[in-house]
Amino acid sequence: MQGNEALVEGALIAGCRFFAGYPITPATEIAEIMSVKLPQVDGTFIQMEDEIASMGTIIGASLAGVKSMTATSGPGFSLMQENLGFACMAEVPCVVVDVMRVGPSTGIPTFASQGDVMQARWGTHGDHPIIVLAPSSVRECFDLTVKAFNFSEKYRTPVIVVFDEIVGHMREKVTLPRTGKVEVIDRIKPTVPPEWYIPYEDTTQGVPAMAVFGDGYRFHVTGLTHDIRGFPTLRPDEVGPFMNRIHRKITLGFPEIQMGEFFHLDDAEIAVIAYGSVARSARRAVIDAREKGMKVGLLKLMTLWPFMRAAIEKIIQHANVLIVPELNMGQISREVKRVNEGKAKVSTINRVDGLTITPQEILKRIREVS
Amino acid sequence: MPEITKLIYKYLRHDKKFPHVWCPGCGTGIILGALIRAIDRTGYEKDNIVLVSGIGCSGRMPVYVDFNTLHTTHGRALTFATGIKLAKPHLKVIVIMGDGDAIAIGGNHFIHAARRNIDLTAIIVNNSIYGMTGGQYSPTTPYGMKATTALYNNIEQAFKISELAVTAGAVFVGRGTVYHAKLLDRLIEKAILKKGFGVVEVISHCHVQYGKHNRLGSAVDMMKWQRDNAVMVQQAKQLKPKELEEKIIIGVLADKELPIYQDEYEKLRERAKA
Repeated sequence: MQGNEALVEGALIAGCRFFAGYPITPATEIAEIMSVKLPQVDGTFIQMEDEIASMGTIIGASLAGVKSMTATSGPGFSLMQENLGFACMAEVPCVVVDVMRVGPSTGIPTFASQGDVMQARWGTHGDHPIIVLAPSSVRECFDLTVKAFNFSEKYRTPVIVVFDEIVGHMREKVTLPRTGKVEVIDRIKPTVPPEWYIPYEDTTQGVPAMAVFGDGYRFHVTGLTHDIRGFPTLRPDEVGPFMNRIHRKITLGFPEIQMGEFFHLDDAEIAVIAYGSVARSARRAVIDAREKGMKVGLLKLMTLWPFMRAAIEKIIQHANVLIVPELNMGQISREVKRVNEGKAKVSTINRVDGLTITPQEILKRIREVS
Repeated sequence: MPEITKLIYKYLRHDKKFPHVWCPGCGTGIILGALIRAIDRTGYEKDNIVLVSGIGCSGRMPVYVDFNTLHTTHGRALTFATGIKLAKPHLKVIVIMGDGDAIAIGGNHFIHAARRNIDLTAIIVNNSIYGMTGGQYSPTTPYGMKATTALYNNIEQAFKISELAVTAGAVFVGRGTVYHAKLLDRLIEKAILKKGFGVVEVISHCHVQYGKHNRLGSAVDMMKWQRDNAVMVQQAKQLKPKELEEKIIIGVLADKELPIYQDEYEKLRERAKA
């Protein structure tokens, strides 16, 4: 099965019952399969007039209590950014999938890229926390989509799943777990009567209970900065705590949100840091290098944002070279350099011509730096 | 207790969110009044009503009413409303937008919501100007008029919102003014009760921006203009096109039946399961 297909299976098992989207290569399969499967399970598929509408519609569906998602590629993802910020501000759970193609602009629709990593982090305006997951295999498309829904519900935040066209269109044999064998998390609903309900109340975890439109709570939702009742406010003593809370709720979740695979890293003097399809090439290169007796390891990032600072700080305690191959001009490597603070040497391999980075290219670099 | 006070207590967040942001004399308050009276007559429970807005002066309306309320991004109110309606079809979803909201930045969503015939009620406050941002010309500013971005006069033609809605397939289209308050109550009530995409365009005035730049006088003067230039749709049929230039045709402009999106989707679900 394809990565895009596995993703749909993951979404459905996680409870997604609403999809709104606009056709775009290389994400179209997701919409096509959703249009077939959702009505079979009493869900809803709608093809909207553009990606702006798609994003607005999934937020609306989520406010009405239905787990929802959309899927797109770079150009459409750019159009979604304003409403994505609304979902951050109003704390509306939803999942956005971006199957990355070569950009900027129309670029190369059918070739792979990892050029949207920074857009996923900072595409919408204003300071906001965001969770971005990056599968590298068909099975991970399933697993990380389930995680994406669970995180979005648990933390009341949009979660973005990004992967390059290779992962989306790659076919692999997978055995997927059945319903009931997968952990599914639903948002916390208020237990108090409506007159006691405070929609944006601070809690120990920073995540307020979320009522559903139509359940009798009659609360207000806005993209303006709001007080704990949800009503617009300009008061610094209300805006400050609100902004701090929406960041704090994600920070408190770092231990479970930040997922990676640590491969031969314990004694690694050279560490490769990669994600998506490039992590597969990197893994091959590490295996080959180990066979030649070189102490090389791989950190495969499954969570791109919040960035896995702690993991990298641990690696640079013994690694003196970090190799960061990626299909862009150096987006994650900038973060690696920031976290590294000049301790290890950071070596980047970048491609933006639509072709992937091969194991041989990475192995060559390993030899050069060792 | 007088009837109006009862409605205020029942429907407004009177102890939470007042005073409101609108300028003294603004037409938006009259539209809010008409909306509340219409909803009261339809008998819908407050829990089952969702009021969704975009951005601008009209966008502030939801915060004052005791329904499920949602203040979205500029021009996108109909998209959020579409998601709510499809996820929870039993909810009555009413969308309030301005002329910039509905026809400029959100024009694409407007024509497609009408074409799909999603069961939503769209109320459009048409005051021919961007009021909240300080009086820039909008897609409904008439040719030749002034605005802060059209000090040399507007060179664009104005959109006719109701006619656009009819063409795009809205099953109910009504146009009223804030002067004709009783008609407005009835139009909104009819639009809410109509199943499918219903539109009520309300000609309102912005004496603070549009009126000032074009020397149209006070709010009262501008409402008198509405009185003197509105023609009921039945009456308009007797008049020649020449006589209707510069006039606003008010009343029910379209009331027809077309398949409703949700009903069709329900049938699609049955086919998908078969």
